[in-house]
Amino acid sequence: MLHIVNKSPLTSTTLDSCLNTAIGGDILLIEDAVYAATCGNAAEAKLKTAMGKFKIHVLMPDLEARGLGNNMSAGVIPVDYAGFVDLAANNKSCQSWL
Amino acid sequence: MSTVKKFMFVNRKAPYGTIYALESLEVVLITAAFDQDVSLVFMDDGVYQLKKGQQPKGIETKNFSPAYRALEDYDIEKLYVDEESMAARGLTEADLLVNVTVLNRAEMGALMEEQDVVLSF
Amino acid sequence: MSSIEVGGKSYETDEEGYLTDLSEWNKDVADYIAKTENIEMTEQHWEVVNFLREYFEEYQIAPAVRVLTKSIGKKLGADKGNSEYLYGLFPYGPGKQACKIAGLPKPTGCV
Repeated sequence: MLHIVNKSPLTSTTLDSCLNTAIGGDILLIEDAVYAATCGNAAEAKLKTAMGKFKIHVLMPDLEARGLGNNMSAGVIPVDYAGFVDLAANNKSCQSWL
Repeated sequence: MSTVKKFMFVNRKAPYGTIYALESLEVVLITAAFDQDVSLVFMDDGVYQLKKGQQPKGIETKNFSPAYRALEDYDIEKLYVDEESMAARGLTEADLLVNVTVLNRAEMGALMEEQDVVLSF
Repeated sequence: MSSIEVGGKSYETDEEGYLTDLSEWNKDVADYIAKTENIEMTEQHWEVVNFLREYFEEYQIAPAVRVLTKSIGKKLGADKGNSEYLYGLFPYGPGKQACKIAGLPKPTGCV
């Protein structure tokens, strides 16, 4: 299934909840959650660890909007809005970790 | 011929700081009319929704917590609470106003994976 | 906002005639609302209205018709816990009409 996270890992425990609960599949970081997928962010390490279990995607327009389009962590898969739609369509269900 | 789908409502917000908890409860009560397989999950701050003894009179807000006890009348009997979330908040099953099934994170994740529809609050 | 006038006192209601403040409810108001719904209150009507008020007192919600029917059956017997009986008393819907008379909000899930 697809898990969508939209909160910064430094102001909310949402990303942790997602990583600790979900058993696999796709994770898409959008809005303020994109900060987690940037070089040097405190959450980068746990995201790297999670890559063994999940495919981690980041919504590029949100990353670019925040001036971090060139700072994406290695191993994260960039997607545009069409890619977002594909992820939603190709998964049986979807949980938004609001 | 309609088929029964598995619906899961994931509640992760505390009851009065935002409107999520009340909105979720209202959607659940309406969904009950469609005779689907409904599960309710309470995790993270969502476990506070089930705390006994809520008295929101002082903040001039309606106390909607008694309605969780009516869920049984609506044939909604699958209530799951995340063990870790409860422990992190100093709560035990005895603090909750309804009977629930306590699951660990892995069991919760697996249950989520089984669903046809997941509604997030 | 609208209002109704009963016994020289004014009670605020919503556009559909449901009491805004259920703590203002009393039997005279109930009788008045029943008349506007073309219902002559009998002992059987009161039984349902009182049941609804007790249900609301305990759970803070007005039960959906299906739930009301089932719960009435449990408490007052199967001969009363069926839609034929309840619609006989409240032809336009036990949820809508009985709740209105009982001073409760419209049941959740009732459109």
